[in-house]
Amino acid sequence: MTAPGNKERWSSRLGVILAVAGSAVGLGNFLRFPGLAAQYGSGAFMIAYFTSLLVLGIPICWAEWTLGRYAGQQGFHSSPGIFYALIRHPIGKYVGVLGMLIPVVIYMYYVYIEAWCVGYAFYFLNGRLNLGGDVAAYGDFWSRFVGANENGLTLSTGHNQAVMFLLLVFALNFYLIYRGLVKGIEFFCKYAMPALILLALIIVARVLTLGTPDPAKPDQSVLNGLGYMWNPGDVGAQLRNPQLWLAASGQIFFSLSVGFGIVITYASYLTRKDDVVLSGLSASAANEFCEVALGGLITVPAAYVFLGAAGIVGQGTFGLGFKVLPLVFSKMPAPWLFGAMFFFLLFLAAITSSLSMLQPGIAFLEEGLGLNRKQSVALLGLLTAIGCAFVVYFSKDLKALDTMDFWVGTVLIFVMATILIILFGWGLGLERGWKEAHYGAEMRIPDFFKPIIKYVSPLYLLGVFALFFLFNVFGWNPTTGEFKPTGYVRDLIGPEPSTVARMSLVLIAITVIFFLILIATAGKRWQKAETAGKPETPKQT
Amino acid sequence: MTLAGWIIMCLSVGLVTVLFIWCLYRVLAYKPPVEKLHGIDDIDTHDVESD
Repeated sequence: MTAPGNKERWSSRLGVILAVAGSAVGLGNFLRFPGLAAQYGSGAFMIAYFTSLLVLGIPICWAEWTLGRYAGQQGFHSSPGIFYALIRHPIGKYVGVLGMLIPVVIYMYYVYIEAWCVGYAFYFLNGRLNLGGDVAAYGDFWSRFVGANENGLTLSTGHNQAVMFLLLVFALNFYLIYRGLVKGIEFFCKYAMPALILLALIIVARVLTLGTPDPAKPDQSVLNGLGYMWNPGDVGAQLRNPQLWLAASGQIFFSLSVGFGIVITYASYLTRKDDVVLSGLSASAANEFCEVALGGLITVPAAYVFLGAAGIVGQGTFGLGFKVLPLVFSKMPAPWLFGAMFFFLLFLAAITSSLSMLQPGIAFLEEGLGLNRKQSVALLGLLTAIGCAFVVYFSKDLKALDTMDFWVGTVLIFVMATILIILFGWGLGLERGWKEAHYGAEMRIPDFFKPIIKYVSPLYLLGVFALFFLFNVFGWNPTTGEFKPTGYVRDLIGPEPSTVARMSLVLIAITVIFFLILIATAGKRWQKAETAGKPETPKQT
Repeated sequence: MTLAGWIIMCLSVGLVTVLFIWCLYRVLAYKPPVEKLHGIDDIDTHDVESD
């Protein structure tokens, strides 16, 4: 089975590793992971975290790299095409809709968060984020900046700064995507990833040398901050908490970007003799280094030094990142420098991820519909701009963003990852998949991963998925045994539903239908090409 | 910071750092095998007397 496909290939091995690592390293590495580790007691959390990395993250990563390269040899680079090649049935291409839908929908809101990071870096540089020592002032600034108080606020005169930054990063993303895989994504990631690590190392050095900045509060020292982050609690009791396992495995899962449909697309641009085993492990290792060694030493210790435990408890990802940390940096010497550096670091982490979210869509429009680069960029740009405008307009309590993140950015990713690991272990066949993974490999996957990939990973994933539904959808209380559907469900079918949440679901449904129509068209084109025996190559720009 | 905290931090940070550096080393140190292509000089056509 061969297909119309372009001939783009990565120009270097380091380039593809940095691109995949860039896709994986995001805001969660620096904001979500430290908060979870501190919340659940680092000792138990890290045991669950590394267990999940071993049985879930790395095996799925190898599976995605292998399946992507395998389908890429048959000329497919988009998720529908890749699944069409893998499942070898016309229905396969429709399964692949998830690999296109997930990154495109996530991009619609992720690029907005990316714009906040640039905005905060800019406002630190010009001193506008020096708002004094009250965390409420930073909370107010953030609410006004992102429009969390009222729908449409960010589009009104005098409040549209976030939209200006959004236009800037939106254009930058599409400019880089327009330049292509090598000149755009690979070129940018080759500079952005080392720059990100360098910036993070400088900030780590700054945080670890803070000492005790306020002699009147001797307990708020950097050592106690590290203790707050890393001191274990009752490990045995904590490990019996299913929510800890859910949090740890969820973090591994989303942090490595497995199940998004991105790694499989990136890997499809490898040549047959390119290694996937060491490359996959290297990209995962780069992500883990950024998360544990850099993120784990910056966010929570820095916040503790200036605000104590009370300033950290109960803050979500956005609270920690955009309310607490600006206050923390404003209290450091040279706040404009370290604040701007930190938010620029977050921006680099975000843009290397958002770029990867566009590539699956571009790949599909080019190979499925035969569009050239200009046409595919224009069409995808229009689609994501509509979705992004929806998220920006319905900004009150970030309801649209939150709804899309939950149902697509969380639930569908579980579904996609489960399909992928089952496809590798059972669909392609473990022995065949194993052989395929080791073609051109520079290291062998230890044999104990065979039963892990075939049995443990799918079961573990299904178990985590079941826990996720029990706790985060049905709102199960293990102590009382009662079920109380969470806000995400009540927003849709509760007694007081949220119109914005329902509209968000409608937008997602419309996007799915639109993609299915395009996939049906692409399928006809692929079948025609197969029947004719010669691939229809996309028009060149 | 307790001793257990130090141990967990050093183990966690150390593990991911060593893994990352080891992978980076393996990737950067890798030299792809050179494909040997026979040039004209390598081909002995047996049509030239050696002495």
